[in-house]
Amino acid sequence: MFGYYLDLAFHSLRRNQVLTALMVLAIAVGIGASMTTLTVVHLLSGDPLPGRSQAIFYPQVDADPKGKDANEPLDMLDYRTAVDLWSARRADRQALVVQSQVRLNTAEAGKPPVMTTMLSATTDFFSMFNVPFRYGGPWSEQDDAARARVVVITDDLNQKLFNGENSVGRTLRLRDSDVRIVGVLKPWRPSPQFYAVRGGRFAGGDTSDFYTRPEDVITPFFTGLEVNDGNFLQFTCWQMPERPGHLQNAPCVWVALWAQLNDAAKVAAYRRYVADYAAQQQAAGRFTHAGNTRLRDLMGWLDYNGVLPSNVRLQAWLAVAFLGICLVNMVGLLLAKFLRRSGEIGLRRALGASRAAVFTQYMVESGLIGLIGGAFGWLLTLAGLWFIRQQPVAYADLARLDVPMFMLTFLAAIGASLLAGMLPAVRACRVVPAWQLKTL
Amino acid sequence: MDILPILSTLRRHKITALLVIIEIALTCAIVCNAVFIISQRLDRMSMDSGVDEHRLLHIQLADIGDTKDKKSRTLTDLAALQQIPGVAEVASVMQVPFGNSSSNSGIKLDPKQKLSTLNATMYSGENLVPALGLQLVAGRDLRPDDFKDFDDVVRGAAAKDAKSLPQVIVITQNMAQRLWPGQQALGKQIYLMDYPMTVVGVVKELIRPSIWDDSAKSYSMIFPMRMARGEYVVRTKTPEDRERVLAAALAKLKEINPHRVVLKKHTFDDMRHDFFQNDRAMAGLLIGVCVALLIVTALGIVGLGSFWVAQRRRQIGVRRALGATRTNILRYFQTENFLLATIGIVVGMVLAYGINLLLMVHYELPRLPGIYFPVGAVLLWIIGQLAVLGPAMRAAAVPPVVATRSV
Repeated sequence: MFGYYLDLAFHSLRRNQVLTALMVLAIAVGIGASMTTLTVVHLLSGDPLPGRSQAIFYPQVDADPKGKDANEPLDMLDYRTAVDLWSARRADRQALVVQSQVRLNTAEAGKPPVMTTMLSATTDFFSMFNVPFRYGGPWSEQDDAARARVVVITDDLNQKLFNGENSVGRTLRLRDSDVRIVGVLKPWRPSPQFYAVRGGRFAGGDTSDFYTRPEDVITPFFTGLEVNDGNFLQFTCWQMPERPGHLQNAPCVWVALWAQLNDAAKVAAYRRYVADYAAQQQAAGRFTHAGNTRLRDLMGWLDYNGVLPSNVRLQAWLAVAFLGICLVNMVGLLLAKFLRRSGEIGLRRALGASRAAVFTQYMVESGLIGLIGGAFGWLLTLAGLWFIRQQPVAYADLARLDVPMFMLTFLAAIGASLLAGMLPAVRACRVVPAWQLKTL
Repeated sequence: MDILPILSTLRRHKITALLVIIEIALTCAIVCNAVFIISQRLDRMSMDSGVDEHRLLHIQLADIGDTKDKKSRTLTDLAALQQIPGVAEVASVMQVPFGNSSSNSGIKLDPKQKLSTLNATMYSGENLVPALGLQLVAGRDLRPDDFKDFDDVVRGAAAKDAKSLPQVIVITQNMAQRLWPGQQALGKQIYLMDYPMTVVGVVKELIRPSIWDDSAKSYSMIFPMRMARGEYVVRTKTPEDRERVLAAALAKLKEINPHRVVLKKHTFDDMRHDFFQNDRAMAGLLIGVCVALLIVTALGIVGLGSFWVAQRRRQIGVRRALGATRTNILRYFQTENFLLATIGIVVGMVLAYGINLLLMVHYELPRLPGIYFPVGAVLLWIIGQLAVLGPAMRAAAVPPVVATRSV
């Protein structure tokens, strides 16, 4: 029967091409607009570390003497707190993280020095965040302790400087220091750049910068502090630092600490440890208050920072409303199309077709329109995503259709058109056979 | 035109009528809000910066900072830049409008205050007011003897030595009005990190380098601090000189010290363009959506109209046979569409207002101005009339003879 209905549906679509084109257009435009923005929302609001994110935590301790227990603690740690917590090794893995701008010279003659971004982290960063390597690997804990002059570079930089060859063992010049490459990453593009998220509540919804690419070079934490001394930026200070850019003893917060805690007992213990640490620092006179510590998990931290840009959220609402209007439109057009064929329906009913059969036939026709509309909607979605990739926003290169969203495009198109077809199909199968036959 | 018969007909075609109404209402609600957001973005993009944008260049160099003689280097740079033909003013600065990264600080009116009165951004650099082309509206500009070296200020602040800190300050008119409403700001004191500073001048406007709250966009202060961080502002004599001066300036700076990295080199027009790129993209997208929405709505009305006409061919034929003219039929469908559109617009306006309330809560958008209601209504009436014109003309073309068939 289904084949027969499909045949009828094709026949009917060909008969009134203008109306068919209008319906396909309505579905395609609605699906195209909503899937473009929903894809962006989907890509930007996903879990950057699936399967592991619930074990990753971000401790906050408020060292600000003017802070109060009632406020939220500062978004980053001061150097001493960060290093104290890190050296206590109470977590399964933990990494200190700090970013800076650095001048990069290459041994290759003729290339001018460039300013690039540098990440400095302790070695657990790679294992904790599943960072993939193409050549070589991370440095060792001894390298961290010895402040070894080693570096890991991204695939991007390796392409640029060494044409993608295995560059392990070669040397780069970071500011005035020579560093040896020990590892080259595979393309790695976390979305968002979660380990650098902070200060989202001060961004006024303009959080697209959380989706920038990872830094070009990654050095051991303490190596980075030495190599690029004087060039670090504070998140905030409660007094002017003595030497701007050199923040180790400054009254500033500027370091992030990430901890991996594999089970609930460890989380509770770590939480207690962080609180105890603050209390102990208060007792020692370094902190003025101690009740203000937090330990958020990764997704909680991203949520707290409102990583999804408000522009994107607004666009998503708009697109869904747009799909709604296209659906109302579609209902009208389908109604027009189905009821125009009242005579044909009457004839089929008179020849013995049940109401259910008529209903099914029209739903098949609606579904077919949805399928065709979905195909055009898919093309429009691709065009929309292409348009977004041309935009000067940090997440532009992420805007691509993945398999789940591709499936959803067609499901949504068919679902929407079936929904829209429901009312017209019900109306159609209520046509009284005899009354229509009379008018033939 | 008699409206009652139309209403009674509509009552018998509830679904079709309802669909037209819903479509117009939704379109009205969404387009009103989208156009409002677009206008907000356009307003933002044309925000006055207070600086002489068309004649300004910005150059930022890296790695001059840790050389020992950075002060004399900066003086050399400034002197060289000043000598380029076409250059009017130069300054070594700490930050610039549209630069995105900024230094900000809380301001108090009384040192005993627990919380700051407001948060303002800090501009500094000798010759900054003429170099940016700021307009002084009261008091005086900072004088050379007001200035301290940035490094000395930092050292002084760390040592809590009030003498080595700046004593005077220039602020914007908006900031002055916010701090001392209705009063003269000159001679008043503000406290920054518990140190007093006296306001000696007020400039008309100077926006912050990064704006996260539009209401605080011009809370800016200018400090008498000499900067030597390799960030320069160049003001040219005419807008036409800009490109040439920029190229000459870069060549000159490279000549003085070839080991520096140029971080930024652009005109202020380009900086403004980049600064508002998100707003521009959003406005463009919304305009696209609005146009698409209006087209889709119009097509929907065309579709429903044609269906309706087809369904009522016999009825039209009967009316024609009974003496109705073509114009009568045309008017009938036009009046009907007008009625439906009116209901749709009323519902749509209520909906638009509701959506606006939601946006006010979640996106801090202001209230929808009243002008949107009449303008939106007229626009939708026109679209409705245009869309129904085709089907109505087809209806008017129905010959009276149809009536005699199949009755």
